[in-house]
Amino acid sequence: MLWYTGRRILQMIPVFFGATFLIYFMVFSLPGDPIAALYGDRPPAPGVIEQVRAQYNLDKPFIVQYFLYIGNFFQGDLGTTYSGRPVSDVMAGAFPVTFRLAMLALFFESVAGIVVGLIAGLRKGKLFDASALVVSLLLISVPTFVLGFVFRLTFGVQLGWFRTTVSGEAPWGELVLPALVLASVSFAYIVRLTRASVADNLNADFVRTATAKGLSRPRVVTVHVLRNSLVPVITFLGVDLGSLMVGAIVTEGIFNINGVGGTVFKAITLGESTTVVSFIAVMVVIFVVANLFVDLLYAALDPRIRYAK
Amino acid sequence: MSQSVIDITPEGLPVGSTEGIQADEQPLLQIRNLEVGFQTQRGLVPAVRGVDITLYAGQTLAIVGESGSGKTTTAQAIIDLLPGAGKVTGGQVLFEGRDLTKLSAKEIQAVRGNLIGYVPQDPMSNLNPVWNIGFQVEEAIKANGLAQGKEARARTIEVLQEAGLSDAADRLKQYPHQFSGGMRQRVLIGIGLSARPKLLIADEPTSALDVTVQRQILDHLGTLTRDYGTSVLFITHDLGLAAERAEQLVVMYKGKVVESGPSQEILANPQHPYTQRLVSAAPSLASRRIQSAKHASAGDSAIYSGDSLDDTLVARAAEREHAAPVKDLISIENISKVYRIRKKGLRTDELRAVDGVSFGIQKGTTTALVGESGSGKSTVAKLVLQLESITSGSIEFDGQDVAGLKGKELLKFRRRVQPVFQDPYGSLDPQYSVGNTIAEPLLAHGVGTAKERQARVKELLEQVSLPWSSRFRYPSELSGGQRQRIAIARALALKPDVLVLDEAVSALDVLVQGQVLNLLTELQTELGLTYLFITHDLAVVRLVADNVCVMQRGRIVEAASTDDVFDNPQQAYTQELLAAIPGGNFQFGR
Repeated sequence: MLWYTGRRILQMIPVFFGATFLIYFMVFSLPGDPIAALYGDRPPAPGVIEQVRAQYNLDKPFIVQYFLYIGNFFQGDLGTTYSGRPVSDVMAGAFPVTFRLAMLALFFESVAGIVVGLIAGLRKGKLFDASALVVSLLLISVPTFVLGFVFRLTFGVQLGWFRTTVSGEAPWGELVLPALVLASVSFAYIVRLTRASVADNLNADFVRTATAKGLSRPRVVTVHVLRNSLVPVITFLGVDLGSLMVGAIVTEGIFNINGVGGTVFKAITLGESTTVVSFIAVMVVIFVVANLFVDLLYAALDPRIRYAK
Repeated sequence: MSQSVIDITPEGLPVGSTEGIQADEQPLLQIRNLEVGFQTQRGLVPAVRGVDITLYAGQTLAIVGESGSGKTTTAQAIIDLLPGAGKVTGGQVLFEGRDLTKLSAKEIQAVRGNLIGYVPQDPMSNLNPVWNIGFQVEEAIKANGLAQGKEARARTIEVLQEAGLSDAADRLKQYPHQFSGGMRQRVLIGIGLSARPKLLIADEPTSALDVTVQRQILDHLGTLTRDYGTSVLFITHDLGLAAERAEQLVVMYKGKVVESGPSQEILANPQHPYTQRLVSAAPSLASRRIQSAKHASAGDSAIYSGDSLDDTLVARAAEREHAAPVKDLISIENISKVYRIRKKGLRTDELRAVDGVSFGIQKGTTTALVGESGSGKSTVAKLVLQLESITSGSIEFDGQDVAGLKGKELLKFRRRVQPVFQDPYGSLDPQYSVGNTIAEPLLAHGVGTAKERQARVKELLEQVSLPWSSRFRYPSELSGGQRQRIAIARALALKPDVLVLDEAVSALDVLVQGQVLNLLTELQTELGLTYLFITHDLAVVRLVADNVCVMQRGRIVEAASTDDVFDNPQQAYTQELLAAIPGGNFQFGR
């Protein structure tokens, strides 16, 4: 197990460097001059632009820029935005909000998704199963912004259960509604994944053997069906955690949340390479750690993986 | 428990009939006119149609039939283990006078495990891979209220030890994938018998195992059930096995009981045409028959002339005796294959899968490689096919060293040496129609025009006795035997000289197995093919092989002509394998 964990951690290193390098390169290649854009229509005094360029290392070759950046990154210096604000400040504002939102969404989609999927799988072909399939298909096909506006209108405006916009601090309570919207698509996938997996395992020979032992139905389902069915679901959740952190732009927009998605989007349009790369680098780390966690959970759920190496 | 007197029902009466049996003894299990159907989109498809079976305490009864005959469905219906769409649609299952089909879910749950134990077919898939062995046994013990807590743990160890796992205490924390097939089956037998049930249903408990392991396990099961006085309902497709292990026999065909009675009687004097076919096709029995046919007078062999299987096989057997020695087509010199197995950390272990194996195959003959799983026989097949590279030694084909072949040369070699694999379900692409499957090698090697390929497919389908119309069908629409015919047709498409048959008939039912073996023999005579036949089934070897190499732990322990190996085995291991053939010591026919 220790060896397995160590190997997974070692594998994170090339992933980290590869991803940051690619992102840095892509932002570098974006058309337009961010410094010129900074000053808009009024060109600054000659020499100023050169000075600013030098300050941000923009006058050096790409590869040097990258390594200077990475060097600083490991010293904890994430650089500053072109407007002079430290990137770490921007992050401190955005990440906790998005993190809370993603955690809430992950909680909703996994708990509700697994429960609904389990019931649907156990009653394959019955009314509950059919309705679950229809609802999940709807959730997958309706765009997030439509669902977001509908939820906001119904639960926020008409019923008044939730606040329609999220305040600056974004406390947990205010994030419930956006989290539900954010979770909806993944919820639908988890329902389908769990359902298929449960229905599959229900026909497994070992489930029949468990029944033949004289076990009660609830015990057969929880001990022999559910645990085996969770492996693919866990994989999905691991990948999804990453996309929840990044892909919340639309939801953040609808509910006016100052999260990661919006910040990165703004930074990309402004060509703020240090901001973009720093955010992406942190996200890569989150993504890789989440995957490591999933792999370990995997091994915990399925001993064959644990002993394979 | 006292040894109960076994009532043998009068001849001609179905076992299910209660007439002629003393009224004071109640049967332990009495199945009356049982009907089971499967709900499909086209309505209810009957699988079991009016089955009667009677089993008395302490008796062993075997249900024999090919797959699809409804034998497993009958057994599963007894304790309501039918898969989702299955339903008992009529009849009764009386267990100690109580109709099990009428019980509520709670009541049948109390019967399962406690009164009726169950040992399933495939040890590989019947243990939950994510729980350790101890947990899975203990669970059964607790569920049946036999013991709790520490006591349950102690009982778990006891159960496993009784089932033949002597080091049970140390292995409780291990997972199914760390156990061999035979050991897993022992665990399953332990679970089935853990509550000392009155009846044990054993559904093909050993068909996935090697013959020697099979024998050990069945011997052990026999001893245990005798000691506990447990009745056994034994389900198998192997007639020899049934005859050896059960005193009563029920033969099922297409959901019905076609014949039932004492095993000896049925095998000696089968009445129903299906039973007669089954008796004549069982390879373990046929081996003996060929032997007798070869030495028998013409009058004697006329008894078997109804069966085309024997004619060809006997003819081949005679032919092979006259075969003149020629140069080997394939000669294998001292080949070894070493696999590196990763261990904990950076260390590796070496596994010598094949260790200094040498043998030769003459053109137009069949050489069988026999051994248990793990003996390295399939690895030899892969090495000969150049699917894996040899670690040392040399393989010569038609005078050419094939070890380092690359590119065009390798392609040429592949045209001449073709494989047929064990699993006809896995070796055909489900997305390819039969016609495309057979034409694929032609296409891959750029043989002929589209029209010529079409003609060749037609010819091949004829050779394997399948109708021309089957070219549009897909593997999922075909039976196991038909699929294996397709696999053979595909292998023959390029007109190879050699077929490497890796357990090519092991997954098939006896009757189908007989047909495919017959086909292979005919094709060999017709096309002058050379076979390397890999199998764990010695009974089959006798039918088809000229020479036999017995493998054990990567080495050839005995190599000789088929007759020598069977009549005069030199090595203890070979003798053990021969003795383990089910039904081998049983008198069939006369």
